[in-house]
Amino acid sequence: MRTEIKLGGFGGQGIILGGFIVGKAASLFSDKHASMIQSYGPEARGGACSSEVVVEDQEVSYPAVVQPDVLILMSQEAYEKFKPMIKEDTYVLIDEDLVELDEGQIGKISAIPSLKFAEELGRKIVANIVMLGFFTAVTKIFTKEAMMEAVLTTVPGHTKELNEKAFEKGYEHGLGLPKGKSDE
Amino acid sequence: MRPRVLTGTHFMHGDFAVAEGGLAAGCGFFAGYPITPATEVAERMAARLPEVDGMYIQMEDEMGSMAAILGASCAGVKSMTSTSGPGFSLMQENIGLGAMMEIPAVVVNIQRGGPSTGMPTLVGQQDMMQARWGSHGDYPIIAYCPASPQECFDLVIEAFNAAERYRTPVLVMADEIVGHMTERVVIPEEKEIKVVERKRPKGKPIEYLPYQAEEDLIPPMAIAGEGYKVRMTGLTHDEKGRPAISAEAEGPLLKRLLDKVSAYASDIVRYEERDTDDADVIVISYGITSRCANRAVELARKEGIEAGLFRLITAWPFPVDRVRELSEGAKGMIVPEINYGQMVLEVERVVCGRAPVKGVTYVPGTLPDPDATLKAIREVAK
Repeated sequence: MRTEIKLGGFGGQGIILGGFIVGKAASLFSDKHASMIQSYGPEARGGACSSEVVVEDQEVSYPAVVQPDVLILMSQEAYEKFKPMIKEDTYVLIDEDLVELDEGQIGKISAIPSLKFAEELGRKIVANIVMLGFFTAVTKIFTKEAMMEAVLTTVPGHTKELNEKAFEKGYEHGLGLPKGKSDE
Repeated sequence: MRPRVLTGTHFMHGDFAVAEGGLAAGCGFFAGYPITPATEVAERMAARLPEVDGMYIQMEDEMGSMAAILGASCAGVKSMTSTSGPGFSLMQENIGLGAMMEIPAVVVNIQRGGPSTGMPTLVGQQDMMQARWGSHGDYPIIAYCPASPQECFDLVIEAFNAAERYRTPVLVMADEIVGHMTERVVIPEEKEIKVVERKRPKGKPIEYLPYQAEEDLIPPMAIAGEGYKVRMTGLTHDEKGRPAISAEAEGPLLKRLLDKVSAYASDIVRYEERDTDDADVIVISYGITSRCANRAVELARKEGIEAGLFRLITAWPFPVDRVRELSEGAKGMIVPEINYGQMVLEVERVVCGRAPVKGVTYVPGTLPDPDATLKAIREVAK
């Protein structure tokens, strides 16, 4: 079983850290294998930025996303770039204030105001963690425990409480959504 | 303060795994110059070496970096550096100096697209022949090719062990994707990690000759400052380490330098095979490309083609005997790599007409697509 997850957004949003946490949840806390590769270059510090995580039950041979099962999009630019990859059964998780979808966009679409929630929690820097909580609840690829452990063992000690709250906020929002699609 | 060996299971960046491998092997000195995509190796070493009483120096350039690690190694400290394309070119002269003076050291090249400044942030495998022949003169070389962060860790330890064992600079030829990839890395208990130390002189200092080899072709190495005469030069030299500029001195010295690696080639050579037993199409690959080749072999098997993967773990010395053996009766050998044909030349030389050899060129700058290799497998299998 192979699962491909792609995250896209702006540099500075924690897109690469988000991919790292997903890969860590798979690799260290879920008894799976994961490979994470990241866009590298000036774009990692501004502009368009993406990371890719491939999760398998056995060792990952080919490490790149070919056809994503999950697309997490936190910028319009990322959506425009990656929308050709979206199929009917692709999970598409967006920040609803940052991404405007085309009319009739296919896919299993779920939306969350992750940046707004993060601002309400006091720091917009945790929008990516809100999104990861949301991703966990919506896709159920990983257990909440595995993802939370990956978050808390990655973020700096003094921000643990904030990140835990951010994750919970996103997770609850994901659970509260109607099953399948929510963006209607 | 973290310990020298970070025993445990990690989700670790390839470049960081390179640094941790060095530390686990006993590295105490790193001199380098930042260069994408190898900078994270230096960053990690800059953070980690002070924690284990080691030393990190950012040098003025890569020539200086290579010279510094040779010097530190002569002072008895296991040393390494890391770089990429342009920096690797600058290190070549002093890699040759290390080979001539017989100084253990490890050089890691996280290969990026070239030539020249090329593509700093994107992948290439274009330095494989430079790894073999980049410095002037004949000299021995050992080069490993990791295909995952775990192998970055494991093979840097092996590289240090080989450098110490054979008294010569050893290369680790990774690539940008492997270097910048994050995967599970398992670091064993310190006592379970096999670490080799260079052979030291046992006799009286007065009797010591710095380049008098023992039966195993390797001279014991005295540490500068311990009372032994440590006379070293890049000039052709005699057993005392004095310049001896003549064919009479060059002949035995050069023969021994080359023999000390070739005589142990069967101990040094490392490779991995998958489905080669019944294969009539053999794909030979290394580094990140081997993972794409692995996928191509899987897909070919699903189509009923008997394909197998031969993954080079050492590029140099090349696994001559086994590749020759596999070529007997094969329909063909396919060599995908991210360059316009480098290791394929060695395969052609070794196979020497026993089977057709076909290179698959992947343009530097992107992760190889298994399809091109699969297509080549199909063509050869016809």
